[in-house]
Amino acid sequence: MLESKSGVFFIAGLLFFGIAFIVMGALPYTIYRGIPEESVSDLITKHGIVPEFVELAEKFPDRFQEYFGECDAKSFEAALRRGHRVYIGEGCWHCHSQFVRPISKESSRWGPVAHAREYNNELQRPVLFGTRRVGPDLSREAGRRSNDWHIAHFFKPTAVVPTSVMPEYAWFYDDDGLPNRDGMAIITYVQWLGSWIDEYPYYLGEGPKGAGDVEPVDLDAVE
Amino acid sequence: MADTTATPTTMPAVGGGSGGQGGDGKLVETTLVKWHFLMGIAFLLVSMLAGLLYSMQFLQHYPLKGIAIFSPGRWRFVHTNGVAYGFIANVFLGMLHWVVPRLTLRPVASRALSYFIFFTWQGVLVATVVGLLLGEAQALEWGETPVWIDPVALLGLILVAINFFVPMMKTTGPMYVTMWYFMAAFVWTVLVYAMGNFLPEYHMNGVAAGAIGGLFIHDLVGLFVTPLGWGMMYYFVPIILRKPIWSHGLSLVGFWGLAFFYPLNGIHHFLYTPIPMFLQYGAVISTIAVELVVTTVIVNFFMTLRGSGDQLRTSIPIRWFYTGMVFYFTTCLQCAFQTTLTFQKIIHFTDWVVGHAHLVMFGVFGFWLLGLMVYLLPRVMGRDRWYSESLHEWHYWITAISMLIMFFDLTIAGLIQGYMWRDLAPWEETLRASAPFWLVRSISGTAMIFAQFIFAYNVLMTLIGKRAKQPAGEVSPASQEGYATA
Repeated sequence: MLESKSGVFFIAGLLFFGIAFIVMGALPYTIYRGIPEESVSDLITKHGIVPEFVELAEKFPDRFQEYFGECDAKSFEAALRRGHRVYIGEGCWHCHSQFVRPISKESSRWGPVAHAREYNNELQRPVLFGTRRVGPDLSREAGRRSNDWHIAHFFKPTAVVPTSVMPEYAWFYDDDGLPNRDGMAIITYVQWLGSWIDEYPYYLGEGPKGAGDVEPVDLDAVE
Repeated sequence: MADTTATPTTMPAVGGGSGGQGGDGKLVETTLVKWHFLMGIAFLLVSMLAGLLYSMQFLQHYPLKGIAIFSPGRWRFVHTNGVAYGFIANVFLGMLHWVVPRLTLRPVASRALSYFIFFTWQGVLVATVVGLLLGEAQALEWGETPVWIDPVALLGLILVAINFFVPMMKTTGPMYVTMWYFMAAFVWTVLVYAMGNFLPEYHMNGVAAGAIGGLFIHDLVGLFVTPLGWGMMYYFVPIILRKPIWSHGLSLVGFWGLAFFYPLNGIHHFLYTPIPMFLQYGAVISTIAVELVVTTVIVNFFMTLRGSGDQLRTSIPIRWFYTGMVFYFTTCLQCAFQTTLTFQKIIHFTDWVVGHAHLVMFGVFGFWLLGLMVYLLPRVMGRDRWYSESLHEWHYWITAISMLIMFFDLTIAGLIQGYMWRDLAPWEETLRASAPFWLVRSISGTAMIFAQFIFAYNVLMTLIGKRAKQPAGEVSPASQEGYATA
């Protein structure tokens, strides 16, 4: 049996793989089946439009109108989807994770630990946990930095962060140097990531907009 | 063209028969093997150059800034997918077309199908590269291939399985070890590819899809590359050493242990995620179990080598094979530690993992495939010897040394990054600390690529039938024996 064709084919090939798939794949699926998958419009209904998207519409009225139309739930949904696609197509997820672990003081740096609920939506299909952090985790990035910061940063990261090794995304900009459709979409997407989180750790003074007057945490007191 | 030369097609014992040239058809379609190898080398060079290009971004000196199709992120896709599907899959297909007919004494189901698969596969690869460079990737590591390619690639894998299953099913009695690995690999590869490329995209979402993604990236190494690689070792090592594998019992332990434990490992890629903790523990334990199984295989192969250690010096293929095995044991041992939750706290998300991945994919399987091609290329090209023996020495030593440098460099970088992150150092500081390691990575990578160009040059010159001038006495008879035994 151990050296026969049927043994290898059925036991090693099908049975063992099947066992592993049931235990390691189907089991978590059944466990989380109770959390319904949310579509993008569900998410928008639940959490609203991020203020940064509105700001983009106010700051660049003409091109916003051209690329997205009116600033409403529909155009926000279109921008999120497009931003998500750009995020995947450019391989952003190879260098930026989207989950905060409950260890190594990660919640002090990034914010609340990741929760299963946050991933059951259309924009996590396939899930964007990530496996490498060349750049920071982005799952709690919303509102942490301003639109202006992102516009400068996507164009030339080293202009904002001198040691940055992030690529320059010149094709996110029109000839006049202002963000085009992809540029505004990726900024919308990044400013949306974690916008459903109430609290930030205010690590090194960085927090959601309006948090500038909050004192940075005393790092020695953490953990 | 190759079959008319003096290249021997007989192999002692295991190969069986006198080349099995029956009827009109040849047993082995050597032309096809050759072209799979040559395409594999071409994709190896392209993929490695893509990796080097990408690594320049880490030095803040990316040469092709501001051009969308040269986006570093997109070239990273080309690097990983090119190595897996362009280099490894191509050379494996060539190897299978050589080994399976010889072990079964029957040609593959259809030679026309083999050529169809060859051309389709190259088409799939080119389409993949184009799709990735146009920004149509999917967010699944090694499954980035654009959605419209997935069904074609899956169909190709099924055809490959059928093509080799036909001769395999015609044999009677127990199969040789190599066949266990190959047969299981054909089943697994189809299942793994279907699972990874369709479930997370269409049927599952969120954390459950993360579990599937973990299974996919792990199984692609563990259930596609690893069994084909070990099956190849069980075939070629006894042939070159001219002696049987030391222990058949250990071969059984190795295969069945891998078959049972390897598929259970996937979730260890996503420890401390919201995936249920008991499954994470299960993945960790089965990963450690794999290391125990691997040890039995390594013991088996080194006991086989016992008494023939001189071959490490005289036979280039054996040297590649056994260096790969040392690296294999290293990565698996490393894996047993790095998969623990303790190590994960520090090394997850860091360059440690990148070093590990390079040692596995290139240090082990890359080395094995290079050794394989050193052994087989003259035969399938119809040459009785290589253009140059000394170029093989250069190729081996530069590759091996730069591989080791890259591995240690990235491992140390990973530890530094991990500890700095845990100590809440500002992110910019961690980049500053990583910079010298990234420079060393690029330099060692350049050396590695240079070595592969040496190899490609040697292949090219052998192909066009040239011979370098060899100083008398430099080539020992045993070395010749390694390539083209009369």
